[in-house]
Amino acid sequence: MEGFFTQSIIYLAAAVLCVPLAKKLGLSSVIGYLIAGMLIGPFLLGFVGEEGKDIMHFAEFGVVMMLFLIGLELEPQNLWRMRKLILGAGLSQVAGTTIFIAAAAIFSGLAWNQSLAVALAIAMSSTAIVMQSLKEKGLMQSAAGQHSFAVLLFQDISVIPILAIIPLLALTVTDISSEHVSYLETFPGWVQTLVVLSAVGLVILIGRYAIVPLLRLVARTRLRELFTASALLIVIGIAYLMTLVGLSPALGTFLAGVILAGSEFRHELESDLDPFKGLLLGLFFMAVGASINFNLIAEQPWIIFSSTLLIMAGKFAVLFIIGKVFRLSIGQNLIFSIGLAGVGEFAFVLFSFISQLRITGQETTDMLMAITAISMAVSPVLMLINEKFLLVKFGVSKKPEQDADKIDEQHKVIIAGFSHFGSTIGRFLRANGVEATILDNNTDTVDLLRRMGFKVFYGDATRPDLLESAGAAEAKILISAVDSPETAIQISETVKKHFPRLQLLVRSKNRFDAYELMDIGITDIYRENLDTSIRLGRDVLVKLGFRSYSVHRAAQNFLRYDEEAMKDLAAQRHNMKEYISGVREKIGLQEALLRRDLDYNPSETDHAWDSDHLRQAITGKT
Amino acid sequence: MNSILIQFAHPRLEKSRMHRALLSALPKNEMITVNDLYEAYPDFNIDTEREKELLLRHNIIIWQHPLYWYSAPPLLKQWIDIVLEYGWAYGPGGTALKGKYVFNCITSGGPRQAYSREGYHKFTLREFLAPFERTTTLCNMVYLPPFAVQGTHRLTDEELNSNLKTYSGLLQKLLNEEINMEFYGNLEYLNDIFTQRKGE
Repeated sequence: MEGFFTQSIIYLAAAVLCVPLAKKLGLSSVIGYLIAGMLIGPFLLGFVGEEGKDIMHFAEFGVVMMLFLIGLELEPQNLWRMRKLILGAGLSQVAGTTIFIAAAAIFSGLAWNQSLAVALAIAMSSTAIVMQSLKEKGLMQSAAGQHSFAVLLFQDISVIPILAIIPLLALTVTDISSEHVSYLETFPGWVQTLVVLSAVGLVILIGRYAIVPLLRLVARTRLRELFTASALLIVIGIAYLMTLVGLSPALGTFLAGVILAGSEFRHELESDLDPFKGLLLGLFFMAVGASINFNLIAEQPWIIFSSTLLIMAGKFAVLFIIGKVFRLSIGQNLIFSIGLAGVGEFAFVLFSFISQLRITGQETTDMLMAITAISMAVSPVLMLINEKFLLVKFGVSKKPEQDADKIDEQHKVIIAGFSHFGSTIGRFLRANGVEATILDNNTDTVDLLRRMGFKVFYGDATRPDLLESAGAAEAKILISAVDSPETAIQISETVKKHFPRLQLLVRSKNRFDAYELMDIGITDIYRENLDTSIRLGRDVLVKLGFRSYSVHRAAQNFLRYDEEAMKDLAAQRHNMKEYISGVREKIGLQEALLRRDLDYNPSETDHAWDSDHLRQAITGKT
Repeated sequence: MNSILIQFAHPRLEKSRMHRALLSALPKNEMITVNDLYEAYPDFNIDTEREKELLLRHNIIIWQHPLYWYSAPPLLKQWIDIVLEYGWAYGPGGTALKGKYVFNCITSGGPRQAYSREGYHKFTLREFLAPFERTTTLCNMVYLPPFAVQGTHRLTDEELNSNLKTYSGLLQKLLNEEINMEFYGNLEYLNDIFTQRKGE
């Protein structure tokens, strides 16, 4: 237990110290974590020892979680739309890089089978580093982001066939160490295939028919930690199922994510899992940093650094050509090629597998591991250099290409609360071609509206993280249409604090709620019964025989008068508050309002189109 | 038999002695339809389809309104803008209103003699109504001279009554008789219809 505490303290403290420092220096958090890892690693300060590898295994789960979250943001139809990109760019990257690296390896004296196995591993790029960096910079929707994602996804998928091919490259038959034999491999080939296919099918079925009802059930309990627990259960459960049949857990959870992307719990799942993913990834990066064998580098610096340079240059060249073929602009192509030029975390897995199969010797493996770690540490730095120096030249920095997709995915308007009030707003906006992102925390409402084709998400709009994942940072307007005045005030305060740029339009129950909202600085307040009452009153006058246009004007004038009266009384209210309170205050305000009404007599002063009045004036003069 | 559609536009009928009187003087006849625009569309949101249907059902259209700043109240202008559609009322294939008769029934504070070259307003009433005349011609309709109750600020009850009688008589005549353009076209005001005939 004590050991666990010390370990935790070391990792957490390193992260807490280094990451904000890196951020302060304008570096990405990935670099911060890597540096933290190097510092506490066995070769510098030595706070943590050889257990770094175990931690890395554990922390790889962060990658699994990240792929689940990536899947969540990708609806199946979007994925389908990207199929050509994934297959085209992805396949050419893996094949091109493998051929290039294998050729270079053969040239440097490795056997062909060794070269091919190593090259396959090196073809992988780091999903964790690239995606994290792209997300931090808000580049996911840019052309570079889309292409990077497509290639990374293809790589993740191709890990499965690569794991199958590598044993064939072991020319000397060795008995494969037991830890890598999955339970499945005792069966003949066709059974394996069948089991794998049914496992994938099972994930799809569970995702579609079991998870959503389960989450609905959990959501009804209104216990937030239970929801988080369910989210973790989903991810871990699927990862377990995948390892059981020998598939990549990352791929399995990605699939589950894609299936759940269309569900109402998307944003809720996202914001619940996000901190876990962040922490685990951080741990993973620290483990990478800690695992860099500085002794080995010190012994053979020249070979290691030149190999790293050659590998990254080769990967960069292949990627840059692909970018050209896919007509990326120069700036976008640089972001794409530099980001993916590093070697990725899957390479660690593949190298240890290759080493177990005795395809390469221990020394080569160690060296390759060091190269991978260095390239992972270098690539965020390169991305930063690219952003700070190269892109500035091409004038593309900070201006990601605005695809139609972006508007499609992030709506400009968010409606919090979708009961009768909010849904009328939503319907009206929709009738005029504005699709809003809708948040509601009543699962039954959400369920119904989703069946009616609205984009409704389950969640509590008072939570900044949920607002964030609903796109509050990019949206233009947030409408608070919730029933409860307390919630409305909470939402308003959250938005004012976390998203000050967002325009806020708030529904209020009545005049007194409106005063509360005015007190916290909200200006666009809509009393839910004001317009309706006046509209009803207008119809009464018309039914009594008043001319409808005159009544129409009177109603509009009254609305304006009432809004003004409210603002004036808001000031009076503060004086009143000093000597009366609560109910007495409300009565006092009502009285002040009614007294004010006595002086309001619009018909006496309105002489518009009044020919009788004109006639009196003219004949009176003569 | 002809049918008459009165497109009535007054933003404040309850304060208008003249138009209340004019409306109450209308002959009781099912061939006359009064379309009270300000009552039907207080929010100015004109139902174009309803208006087009009304136009098609009648062959004489009267724009009855007070003369405000030498023109009609804004809702009538809005009506012209929205209802007289391209391809329906004018332009290629725009023949829906072809051959219908139109005139303005106007009330004005200034007297008739003020609306002349020598008078206070420097132009004749017909000249002020040129936009309406041109609009109807463009829509293949026939524009008739205006009917006007003028000098309303100082109008006595007897004078008003005689005006109402003329208006009522005019509408009866329009309903029952063929419209002879050689006769109508030469009038300066439709008000003169009975006096003119006497003089012939």
